[in-house]
Amino acid sequence: MTVSLTLDNVSAHYGSTKVLEDLSLHVGEGELVSLLGSSGCGKTTTLRLVAGFLQPTAGTIRLGERDLTRLPAHARNIGLVFQTYALFPHLSVRDNVAFGLKQRGVGRRERIRRADDMIARVGLEALADRHPANLSGGQRQRVALARALVIEPPLLMFDEPLSNLDAKLRVDMRVEIRRLQQANGTTAVYVTHDQEEAFSISDRVAIMNAGRIMQLDTPEVLYSKPANAFVADFVGFENMLKMRVVAEAGDAVRAEMEGGATIDLPKDRFAVPGRDFLLAARPEGLLVVEGAGAGIPARLGLRTYLGRAYQYQCDTPGGTVTANGPLSMPMEQGTPVSLVPQPDQCCLLPVEA
Amino acid sequence: MQTRTHPLLVAFSVLVFFFLLSPLVIIVGSALSDTSYLTFPPQGLTLHWFQNIFEISAFRRTMITSFTLAVGGTALSMLIGIPAAYALARYRVEVPRFMGNVFVLPILIPEIVLGFSLMKSLATGMGLPITLSLLVGHALLVLPYCVRVVGASLNNFDFSIEEAAVSLGCTRTKAFFVAVLPNIQAGIIAGFILAFITSLNDVSVSIFLTGPGVSTLPIQLLAHMEQFFDPTIASVSVLLMFVTVAVMAIVERTLGLTFLTK
Repeated sequence: MTVSLTLDNVSAHYGSTKVLEDLSLHVGEGELVSLLGSSGCGKTTTLRLVAGFLQPTAGTIRLGERDLTRLPAHARNIGLVFQTYALFPHLSVRDNVAFGLKQRGVGRRERIRRADDMIARVGLEALADRHPANLSGGQRQRVALARALVIEPPLLMFDEPLSNLDAKLRVDMRVEIRRLQQANGTTAVYVTHDQEEAFSISDRVAIMNAGRIMQLDTPEVLYSKPANAFVADFVGFENMLKMRVVAEAGDAVRAEMEGGATIDLPKDRFAVPGRDFLLAARPEGLLVVEGAGAGIPARLGLRTYLGRAYQYQCDTPGGTVTANGPLSMPMEQGTPVSLVPQPDQCCLLPVEA
Repeated sequence: MQTRTHPLLVAFSVLVFFFLLSPLVIIVGSALSDTSYLTFPPQGLTLHWFQNIFEISAFRRTMITSFTLAVGGTALSMLIGIPAAYALARYRVEVPRFMGNVFVLPILIPEIVLGFSLMKSLATGMGLPITLSLLVGHALLVLPYCVRVVGASLNNFDFSIEEAAVSLGCTRTKAFFVAVLPNIQAGIIAGFILAFITSLNDVSVSIFLTGPGVSTLPIQLLAHMEQFFDPTIASVSVLLMFVTVAVMAIVERTLGLTFLTK
């Protein structure tokens, strides 16, 4: 059974502080959507609202045809995987996994058969009789996953499930999570603050800030075409330059940046969104060319070695920007250069009110 | 490598242990004395005075009262203390700090004041029967131990476990019983034992709440001492001491004494 999850204009308050404002979100059948953001952005609150541990002050939450908004948490039938794993310390792995089945009145033999099946699917057959205290972090997380999956929930939710694991294990586990989620075709919500993690396993990612979704799209679109300055900064467009269109010269637009320097942007490669706009560029999106040229005039500052390139702190009339230069040609501090924006590593954003 | 210990330190340590233990040795010795008055060192050896505890009906009766009271008062206290400790730990952020201290008040205020105020409120004020006011009084007296020791095990408890149980289909109430309670069992047992001992050995609260016909063992001991100065007093003391040590030994064996100081 695959269903979709819909949040309509959901708001939540803690006392007088607004944590979520008018949040709407649709997670399609069998889709995995990540909620990505730093702490306090409202991603965990959103998950807890859907789980039923918090009540929204406004809005509705629906799972398929079912309205969850006023349904108590225990009746929602959602599989949850916690950051701390939250295994029952007094129960064996098998009893942990069988717990949800027991609550559903599944008979003992059937329950153990299904629990053992699921334990085998996460590769822990040999550890079924152990207690959680005698398992490693990765093994605990597999038990938590098995425990959430065995009840065959229409919706799975993950709350920072990998942040207590070491880097290598994190990568293995996220592949495992994605594999099991896709095999079951379960709709899933995944909360994390780790961009790589979110982008690697999600169908779509919602980047959140201050209780709102800033942009919800596929990782590819978020990475190459952020819709606003917040998302651009989040996905690595480190340089943000304020620009204003001053003239149209044939097939290019002439824009002036703060400090007075002008630059010509070819119309067929850059879509200028308005009179005032932001030029957002990754460090590799500003090509460092020695001498005066068609780009932003700058003087090289500190040089650092990245392995794949040299990175320069460049002084421009509009402030310091970060740009990468080729390894083949290290340049000295103080060299006058021109920074030429590369369309595939830059984006032009409208200035927000 | 051997470290040299300063002889003064050795002497000092010996003195400390002497002062700590000698009263206990004297009590045990006196309880065994074959004389009709308290004396140390014992003259002759007999277990007669221990037998005497069970032969004097007042001791027999108050001993039963004391044990019943200790079990009943502690049980009643746990019924309040466990939910209170749970609420204090679960809603750490929401509950104001001072609320936790409220439950410790019975050991902070002087015991004699507690006893007197309980007498004024329970016995004379509300006119409760003696047994009932003793039960309520002892429940209140031991409440700090219940809340604190149970609270200590709840402070290390990850409440996500409870939420996991709810997400798997338990109601909030059921989740408490199947997911929380089994994991704080050790704390409950330790709290129960501490509270039991406190109630069993209490004088200052009981002395105000006992009355005609109903008394506890320590109070009966005081009454007995006013009339007879025989070794029964010592033997009752040894009995109380023995129960305390036995209970502590069980705790040490099963949970470790460090559990109580956590």
